[in-house]
Amino acid sequence: MATMTNEETEALIQEVLEVYPEKAKEDRAKHLMVNDQDPDKSKKCMTSNRKSLPGVMTVRGCAYAGSKGVVWGPVKDMVHISHGPVGCGQYSRAGRRNYYIGMTGVDTFGTINFTSDFQEKDIVFGGDKKLDKLLDEVHGLFPLMKGSSIQSECPVGLIGDDISAVAKKKAKEYGKVVVPVRCEGFRGVSQSLGHHIANDAIRDWVLGARDDDDSFESTPYDVAITGDYNIGGDAWSSRTLLEEMGLRVVAQWSGDGTLSEMELTPKVKLNLLHCYRSMNYISRHMEEKYGIPWLEYNFFGPTKIAESLRKIASFFDDKIKEGAERVIAKYQAEYEAVIAKYRPRLEGKRVMLYVGGLRPRHVIGAYEDLGMEVVGTGYEFGHNDDYERTTQDMGKATLIYDDVTGYEFEEFVKKIKPDLIGSGIKEKYIFQKMGIPFRQMHSWDYSGPYHGYDGFAIFARDMDMTLNNPCWNKIIAPWKQEAEEDEAIAASA
Amino acid sequence: MPSVMLRRSESGALLFYVAKKDLEATVDTVEKDSDEEWGGEVVLADGSSWYIDPISPPPSFPTTLRFKRA
Ligand code: SF4
Repeated sequence: MATMTNEETEALIQEVLEVYPEKAKEDRAKHLMVNDQDPDKSKKCMTSNRKSLPGVMTVRGCAYAGSKGVVWGPVKDMVHISHGPVGCGQYSRAGRRNYYIGMTGVDTFGTINFTSDFQEKDIVFGGDKKLDKLLDEVHGLFPLMKGSSIQSECPVGLIGDDISAVAKKKAKEYGKVVVPVRCEGFRGVSQSLGHHIANDAIRDWVLGARDDDDSFESTPYDVAITGDYNIGGDAWSSRTLLEEMGLRVVAQWSGDGTLSEMELTPKVKLNLLHCYRSMNYISRHMEEKYGIPWLEYNFFGPTKIAESLRKIASFFDDKIKEGAERVIAKYQAEYEAVIAKYRPRLEGKRVMLYVGGLRPRHVIGAYEDLGMEVVGTGYEFGHNDDYERTTQDMGKATLIYDDVTGYEFEEFVKKIKPDLIGSGIKEKYIFQKMGIPFRQMHSWDYSGPYHGYDGFAIFARDMDMTLNNPCWNKIIAPWKQEAEEDEAIAASA
Repeated sequence: MPSVMLRRSESGALLFYVAKKDLEATVDTVEKDSDEEWGGEVVLADGSSWYIDPISPPPSFPTTLRFKRA
């Protein structure tokens, strides 16, 4: 199908909304829109960060997922306790593929699930005693861990336990950080509030730890990577570029990150923010309290990488600016070869995305470098500021959807007929069974990294592998295929 | 009276951010913006206007201030 016009996209939205009851229709209409690059127009149209309607299928997560799964979980030398029933932590364990270096169970704890495993009696009599005992055990069993965080799940908030009191007591007893995080799943409308709560907990319990301590030797080139969770090694492939251009990366938030890195972040000169949604809060706080500027960057695809490297360098002296040019020049042959190889195979293919955080807008550049076009995009839990940042990156008349429901997404796909869909595990098998190539864009479909020049090569290979897989021609049974061809010939005759 | 974070954007414009509302907009005009005081009615790019009693001497940005809807 050729590119759609504004009116056609608008008509498509109306058609899909048709089946809803009056009230739901009115509500959902506010979350779907046609992109218009004129910012005045687009700003008013999009409603986001609202409660999902009961009865529709949403793919959002909960606040606990945003705090434990996203922000805190990857901090590798801390024990993150999923305080409450066992399932919340166990079913999400290690699914996000935040890579890290270390000896799991000795000095790092990323993939282990720690839980207080609530039972009926804990709900009835309260879980504080159990938490107390659990923290004793954790400190006894893992002497090399640097601290712990208590990630509350729904029941803890409902029965009104006082985890802060337990945390304070235990922190004193053992002389290690114990952070209570009130990120019960029912708070907020999606994982987004969990990010915010986690950021606030870092602000209150971690960030100020070395305020009066000047023993850390800083350089004028210190930066921190924030909002990079090292999925499949993303932060590593970003870090090498920054180091090659002459910067010193003091901290990684929070993929492959540590507690002491977080404590040292107030000493850096610039915060580099990759995922705006999940870490803008702490970046804003550091700007205000410590005067550290922050900068949004994008390491997907050579065009955006070069743009970002130059933007980062503009905060420093000529040495770094030259460094940035050197890095871009160094990798030029490499990424040009990638484009030369894959672009002819992917040119003109149309992609629909539905992911969270930064990806609905950040990966567009990487697809465009490969000659592909993003025809629809949407955020699971974006806010207004995300949509404002998106409209500029998207082409005219592309479809944008917020917290899209299972039904809407399927209908859009049926009508728009994209060549590739990028979304999460919950959508994967539906669309694959519909015969549409699919990449899981939350965890890079067990691949990665996708950030940086190294990541771009892998990204291009993965997209090609998925799109040009011979299995997609075999979706229609041979006898049906013949019938279709006959019809086509008959129609053209 | 929401708390508002004010900061300079890369281009030097003043950005107005209300965390509770996810509102991030550039400041178009400030009623009193001189070396002595800063404040009064503040109009944003999206057309909404906010009020703060003039502060003197002017605050240094970034900072958090409490605004009223005007
Ligand atoms: S919503 Fe509550 S019960 Fe469900 S996973 Fe989140 S914290 Fe656990």
